Amino acid sequence: MPDQPEEPIIRVRGLVNRFGTEIVHNGLDLDVVRGEVLGVVGASGSGKSVLLRTVIGLNQPVAGSVEVLGKNILTMSDTDHREVEKRWGVLFQDGALFSSLTVAENIEVPLKEYYEMPLRLMDEIAAFKVGIVGLPEGTGEKYPSQLSGGMRKRSGLARALALDPEIVFLDEPTAGLDPIAAAEFDTLIRDLRGSLGLTVFMVTHDLDTLFSICDRVAILVDRKIRAGTLEQMVQDDHPWIQSYFHGPRGRAALLSEGEHLPKPGTRLAAPL
Amino acid sequence: MVSATATLVESEESGSLILAATGEWLVETAADLDRRLRGIEAPKGARVLLDLTRIDRLDTTGAWLLLRTEHDLTARGNTVEMRNLRPSFEPLIDQVRAAGFIAPARHPRPATHTIAGFIAHIGEVSLGLIARAYSILGFFGLVSTTAVRLARHPRRLSVTAIVAQMEQTGVNALPIVGLLTFLIGVVIAYQGADYLRFYGLESYTVQLTGASILRELGVLLTAIILAGRSGSAFTAQIGTMRVNEEIDAMRTIGLDPVEVLVLPRLFGLMLTLPMLTLCANFMGVFGGGLMAWSQLGIGIPQFLAHLSTIAPWSFWIGMIKSPFFAVIIASIGCYEGFQVAGSAESVGRLTTLSVVEAIFLVIVTDAGFSIFFSALQI
Repeated sequence: MPDQPEEPIIRVRGLVNRFGTEIVHNGLDLDVVRGEVLGVVGASGSGKSVLLRTVIGLNQPVAGSVEVLGKNILTMSDTDHREVEKRWGVLFQDGALFSSLTVAENIEVPLKEYYEMPLRLMDEIAAFKVGIVGLPEGTGEKYPSQLSGGMRKRSGLARALALDPEIVFLDEPTAGLDPIAAAEFDTLIRDLRGSLGLTVFMVTHDLDTLFSICDRVAILVDRKIRAGTLEQMVQDDHPWIQSYFHGPRGRAALLSEGEHLPKPGTRLAAPL
Repeated sequence: MVSATATLVESEESGSLILAATGEWLVETAADLDRRLRGIEAPKGARVLLDLTRIDRLDTTGAWLLLRTEHDLTARGNTVEMRNLRPSFEPLIDQVRAAGFIAPARHPRPATHTIAGFIAHIGEVSLGLIARAYSILGFFGLVSTTAVRLARHPRRLSVTAIVAQMEQTGVNALPIVGLLTFLIGVVIAYQGADYLRFYGLESYTVQLTGASILRELGVLLTAIILAGRSGSAFTAQIGTMRVNEEIDAMRTIGLDPVEVLVLPRLFGLMLTLPMLTLCANFMGVFGGGLMAWSQLGIGIPQFLAHLSTIAPWSFWIGMIKSPFFAVIIASIGCYEGFQVAGSAESVGRLTTLSVVEAIFLVIVTDAGFSIFFSALQI
């Protein structure tokens, strides 16, 4: 999919985040390549969401630089900010839909903000976005409080995709979904990536998501990132990464997606 | 950033209409393309060729515009053919096509914009009010029976919780209640003296201020401040707990939410409101006295002499009313908190409602007391 491979679309250097006396990130580096699906994993409280919030400019770090689409997020002008925001979409954990607006109106918010468009066209665009994320007809007229968790996430994704962005940020997209809905969501993201050429930056806990759709994995350990392809990371000898991939759940996910992976290491084969 | 451009060129070739799409078919150019595409007039039954050779960039919105055109023209009886689509755009077209055509959602319009809707709305609101009054009465009954049941096991009553409530609703409200009633006392004395001087009765300023503060204004102001300050807090606290399912968790553990959440707030407020009223009365009369002294030269002994002519009942009437107001404020505040359902949005709405209802009921009750006491001729 990527036209020019290895062009970093997100570049994080020397990131330091601290809350009070607690250091969350200490000299963290991360590159995201255009067109890839990157899964960010880590223990609870290791600062995955803080990393995502920093990359999209919602959190001011203590030190370090964050470049997205070639612009420094931390120092750029307001005009640049709008230009970059037009080219990314963010799906928050529970959708973060505006509760006073219907789903269709939610999708129209970014369209209204950035483009002069007749209302009829906006309504039509909102309607087909509802279809693209796999929501049933009629969802557009509903309010967020009338939707299930999975539908709220899909609606949030539809809003994130309203401007056909180049990058989408997903914060735990499958958390709280049943396994079937989670698998459907994975498929949806993989399809959209395939057809739209999206770059996906995804914070996740879900091993199945990681194995089925992520090109690369970035693991937050010891306040830094260790990134690589899944095959590389499975072989990493950091104790947390070991127990992450080789615990009972990791083994199950490895087994079911085994065909995607090269021969598992001896360490893996022995306990099975 | 150079803005994107896209065009549509119409031409005819051996009886079929050729639409050549060129440039960047993106959400940026959608408004312009939309207008052009809607303007297309193909002869009925004609063949239409959508030539996509020169599309440089395509996103979902652009792809959807192409598909909509195909769809609309087909519906009008034309045969439509897309040709020369770049292979790299195929997945995108397929994805959008797979989503199917969904009719645009209607924007909800309030039904009250028609006359019939307006009348229906009045009816709905009236029935809603009756249902609400019934429901509040039911809640009050629930709280009362819980209180009676608790009276048989007084040790279950958490003194710590009551004291904590008293601190939040009472001690922390002292400065604002004191300051406001002091100012009201000053204002009444100042304005009253002006009018009374006209009749040569300015020495009655003390009686005027004292009687109105002690009998009505002290307790009423305190109740209104507490409805805004504590009643709203009760709704927000209990409402947030409902959103977090804390109330449900309590029930499963066997705790009675009314006993744990409502009674400490109710008893706390019933104890603090009379005390705050006492402070408010003092500050109001003090403010009036200060004004009488500075404007009319009424000294302390004279002031006390005037004050003592006010019937003691005036003071007691104010004090008697205060626990009733406390019951209203605490019950409404807690009741609205329990009405929270679903989203956090309703917490805000019900908090507003709780303050409005509490103030309304406090003033209505005050009017009721006024009639009651005048019937008793005090």
